[in-house]
Amino acid sequence: MKPPPFEYHAPASVDEACRLLGTLEDAKVLAGGQSLVPLLNFRLARPAHLVDINRIPDLARIYERDGGFAVQALARQADIEDSELVARVCPLLASAVRLVAHRVIRNRGTVCGSLAHADPASELPAVLLALGGRVTARSTRGDRVIAAADLFTSVMQTALTPDELLVEAWFPASPKQSAIAEESRRHGDFALAGAVRAGDRLALFGVAMTPVLADPKDPTRGLQPSGDLEASPAFRLHLVRVLTERVFAA
Amino acid sequence: MKVNGVEHPAPADPRRLLSDHLRHDLGLTGTHVGCEHGVCGCCTILLDGAPVRSCLMLAVQAEGHDVTTIEGLAAPGAPLHPVQQAFHECHGLQCGFCTPGFVMSVVGLLRSNPNPTPEEVDEGISGNLCRCTGYASIRRAVHRAAELSPK
Repeated sequence: MKPPPFEYHAPASVDEACRLLGTLEDAKVLAGGQSLVPLLNFRLARPAHLVDINRIPDLARIYERDGGFAVQALARQADIEDSELVARVCPLLASAVRLVAHRVIRNRGTVCGSLAHADPASELPAVLLALGGRVTARSTRGDRVIAAADLFTSVMQTALTPDELLVEAWFPASPKQSAIAEESRRHGDFALAGAVRAGDRLALFGVAMTPVLADPKDPTRGLQPSGDLEASPAFRLHLVRVLTERVFAA
Repeated sequence: MKVNGVEHPAPADPRRLLSDHLRHDLGLTGTHVGCEHGVCGCCTILLDGAPVRSCLMLAVQAEGHDVTTIEGLAAPGAPLHPVQQAFHECHGLQCGFCTPGFVMSVVGLLRSNPNPTPEEVDEGISGNLCRCTGYASIRRAVHRAAELSPK
């Protein structure tokens, strides 16, 4: 269980990181590493190059912007958890981030990393989708803004191109009536299914290839969740109905 | 990088995990390695004072940072750290394999929250697995550690 060989790069600026991503073949961005390093340890990922962005200064800010707030690439999940700004502007994200693994993981894991990793059972992509947020991708070609609805394309796949760095995510303020609920086997495990409510909008996670928007009145319509040892498709659909009821009762 | 207050050069091989670097290159075998994918918590250390998984960091990433391992909590012969003392008093261990990780997580927990509620204790240790104790004595040890820690 050791990472496969790779060439390590530690750029000192976003521009340098973008130049590396633009020229290297088969490079992966290393931010918090809480998903990528396990994949390396298991050798499920074998990138030729790792671009470690952790030494880039001034890339960990959380600041008010456009009626919501922006989270830069190196802001840790624990920073979000402790942020007074997030608690005030977007209590939904503040409660969602507490469902991400454990504090020891959140001390390293980043919000932007979770979004770029795009695990279908992950909370933060679903929150971004429910709120109608967006991300900024930077490359040597310039900045590109990608709406949450266009970002998640398949299991752990996003609209980001290999030369792009997700430099910032923007979350709108959460509506008064917002809630997140999930079911997992143990506290901190990946969710078997989850539901995020932002006002009238409902996003589901853990039940499709990506987080999906759903009709609160008929949340399982069109869903074909996969089954595994922990939950059958029928049980996941049951969870969707129960969790939707819970977030709309909240 | 500084490990328990002593400067060490980072390893030349970038794929060296911090956990392996501590154990194999520096001989600090108190940091245990269980699952090597961030689930069990045995390899928890403090990075600049905050608990993190050393198996989910490359050793080169600790360059310029302060690392504290279980060996750094109390010098040999010196009184135990309050968290170690509490685990000793409450018998918060059986086989001891998970103990360094628990102790480091609890040190981090009590630093940010010196008087945790029972719920906060459960949340604080939820990222560490113990296959022997059933956690009851570990929970007691955390509360005892809070009492013993200088406020």
